[in-house]
Amino acid sequence: MLKITNVYKTFNVGTINEKRALEDVNLTLNDGDFVTVIGGNGAGKSTLQNVISGATTPDSGKIEINGIDITKFPEHKRAKYIGRVFQDPMLGTASDMWIEENLALAYKRGENRSPFRWMISNDKENQFKMSLAKLGLGLEDRMKSKVKLLSGGQRQAITLLMATIKKPDLLMLDEHTAALDPKTASLVLNLTNEIIELDKITTLMITHNMRDAINYGNRLIMMDQGKIIYDVSGDEKKKLTVEDLLKKFNQTKDAPSDAMILG
Amino acid sequence: MLGSLLGAIGQGVIWGVMVLGIFITYKILNVSDLTVDGSFATGGAVFAVTALANIDPTICLIIAMMAGGVCGFITGLLHTKCKIPAILAGILTQLGLYSINLRILGDKANVSIANIDTNITFLAHLTNLPHSRAGMLLGIIVSIICIIFLYSLLGTEFGASIRATGNNEKMIRALGVNTDNIKLFGITLSNMLIGLSGAMLVEMNKYADVGMGKGAIVYGLASIVIGEVFFRRFSNFGIRLFSSVFGCILFFIIRAIVIRLGLKANDMQLISAIIVVIALAMPIFKENMAMRNRGASNA
Repeated sequence: MLKITNVYKTFNVGTINEKRALEDVNLTLNDGDFVTVIGGNGAGKSTLQNVISGATTPDSGKIEINGIDITKFPEHKRAKYIGRVFQDPMLGTASDMWIEENLALAYKRGENRSPFRWMISNDKENQFKMSLAKLGLGLEDRMKSKVKLLSGGQRQAITLLMATIKKPDLLMLDEHTAALDPKTASLVLNLTNEIIELDKITTLMITHNMRDAINYGNRLIMMDQGKIIYDVSGDEKKKLTVEDLLKKFNQTKDAPSDAMILG
Repeated sequence: MLGSLLGAIGQGVIWGVMVLGIFITYKILNVSDLTVDGSFATGGAVFAVTALANIDPTICLIIAMMAGGVCGFITGLLHTKCKIPAILAGILTQLGLYSINLRILGDKANVSIANIDTNITFLAHLTNLPHSRAGMLLGIIVSIICIIFLYSLLGTEFGASIRATGNNEKMIRALGVNTDNIKLFGITLSNMLIGLSGAMLVEMNKYADVGMGKGAIVYGLASIVIGEVFFRRFSNFGIRLFSSVFGCILFFIIRAIVIRLGLKANDMQLISAIIVVIALAMPIFKENMAMRNRGASNA
């Protein structure tokens, strides 16, 4: 369970570029919630993710996971609870290392890494092979290939597997299909959905694509100027249409970007 | 001729331990650490004064190695805790070390250990080899131990996180690794090997010199580059580590040839600088050439 209470974040305080990125944000994700987050550029979506992941420290407020206050934890300590997939497929994997080495790194997320234990054992190798086979991309036969030889979609699929190979308390997806071509994007998104539903992973997915935000997940939140301005779930969300969302957007000061309308 | 060839190999394996250290920072951690020139001399200076104090020479080597490690640790702290760019942090440490090394040597530019028992004299005694051959033997033994140690370390869970830190820092941090600590560890370990190498060179030359580390970083990079020419196709870490030492041996053979051709030993600084520049610039030139060719064929 993720609980965010009264979080504020302002960048460049006291300068002409002062920018309030988050203003009194309150959000509680229940176990198994799959929440999609939409909002225009500068709405605070990324800052929200960054304060949760620890890449940014909030000015005030509190962030808890499973009742543990992680507000002051550095990024690497929060990894114990959080699995992440970034927008850039290059960022989620170590390109000069093998596929199975990447998975082995992820398998130890948030744990001590021993200098006296080999990173890869036969047991692990078999387990990784089975997990890769589930992706249906034929990567189980290329365990000893360097990740840099793979396509963006394949890399993103591996990053997704890495983020979930040890079930995280929270999975954060930061526009993780935005850099992929439409066909690959939908493949990765379906894969995402399958994994999340299978393991009932609590998920926060930022997207620029309104249709994806509506089609996936059980709850949708819309952000604008650092605030959550819309929060729907259950049946109400199921009935939501792109037109409804556009109407909501037009009520805000920021007009939606082209990408959102086209998506 | 054979004599100078064997002499070059001897120098190559001893400096090769330093190249392994540079390999850790430059190739694995992707950090350009310029502490080398200072920590190499620190290792040598510490060995000389401890050996002169009649401490067991093997323990002297270990103390010299630790001294090198301390130098690296300082650079690591400057880089990770004070957020000083790695190159500058290394230069600052190196600069400061010059004064410290002079102090260690008792304000003398060089200190002789001609009549002191060292590991090399011990090996020479044991095997009946002349001093320089025994030095080569010591270099080979230590290089092999270092290669095996590093190869094993890099295959462990912890070692993998060192490699990942050099490869994709953001990713491995998101997987729970404190990358600052990893860098601190890596730079320290690197300079331990560099200090050890400096100490062995003092054993070999029978004196320590405050300027003995001058240009060491460039020699090291040139060695790595030369090794890669021969072992480019291998991605196995054991072979890549071996390749660094091999490159260093070749470097000293080239140096011997250059001297034989009538150039001075000091010219090697320029030659190694040129080797490194060519190696670093080559990929860019190749790319430009490929672009030009593509442009020509499209026209």
